[in-house]
Amino acid sequence: MSAPIGQPRVRLPQQVKVGETIEVRTLISHIMETGQRRNQEGAIVPRDIIRNFVCTMDGAVVFSMDLAPAISANPYIAFPLKVTGPATLEMVWTNDAGEQRKASAQLRPS
Amino acid sequence: MRQKQMGRRQGLALAAGLIGLSLVPRPASAQMSAAARAAVDKVLAGRSAEEAGITLRLPPIAENGNTVPMTILVDSPMTDADHIKAIHVFADKNPTPEVASFKLTPAMGRAQVDTRIRLGQTQDVIAVAETSTGRMLIGHVEVKVTIGGCGG
Repeated sequence: MSAPIGQPRVRLPQQVKVGETIEVRTLISHIMETGQRRNQEGAIVPRDIIRNFVCTMDGAVVFSMDLAPAISANPYIAFPLKVTGPATLEMVWTNDAGEQRKASAQLRPS
Repeated sequence: MRQKQMGRRQGLALAAGLIGLSLVPRPASAQMSAAARAAVDKVLAGRSAEEAGITLRLPPIAENGNTVPMTILVDSPMTDADHIKAIHVFADKNPTPEVASFKLTPAMGRAQVDTRIRLGQTQDVIAVAETSTGRMLIGHVEVKVTIGGCGG
């Protein structure tokens, strides 16, 4: 059984303008079990991590990341994005078992 | 008095020389562990990497290796014709050297990634960036870790 994946959080600047480069900040709660740790009986706790993150803008991939056990628990991922107009951002986190969490956000330039 | 001043000047010159020496960049490949070397070579796939263009922002001393903030910036216009396609990050002395691989696009406007990483001990963090024009860039920075962050 894989560890629970928390509700993802996505943060965009409150006001965005066309042409500016903003920072998209994301956080998802997850234990990110490395597969190196031993439990009290001395058995290795199997690896269980968020292994992939993808962000699309109106369906086109703009940024993605492959994660390894060296990413801290509750992965924080932030990246820049150039605002070209109103758009829908979709983000997907996938764990080792293939389970996914999704979040979306709207870009509404003023 | 004159004698004394000369002495001070020589002392300053010596100090400047020493600082200069310590600023000579070490090649990233110099003392990489075998595992990290293999992981970096896999990404390079026979291409040679220039030590240029990559800024790794990590604290010089990390009190807690479990969560070390990391920002990587690469000089790039991020246009369709010339942009950073990927950034690969390695931790020289972690149990497995691979830390993360990022895929970037011109839609980002700037070649930057931010995350938090685990470091098992004091070591170099290495970043390799791949441009759309086929250039490979490499950079590295040392992080001193007080409490390791890998299992144990």
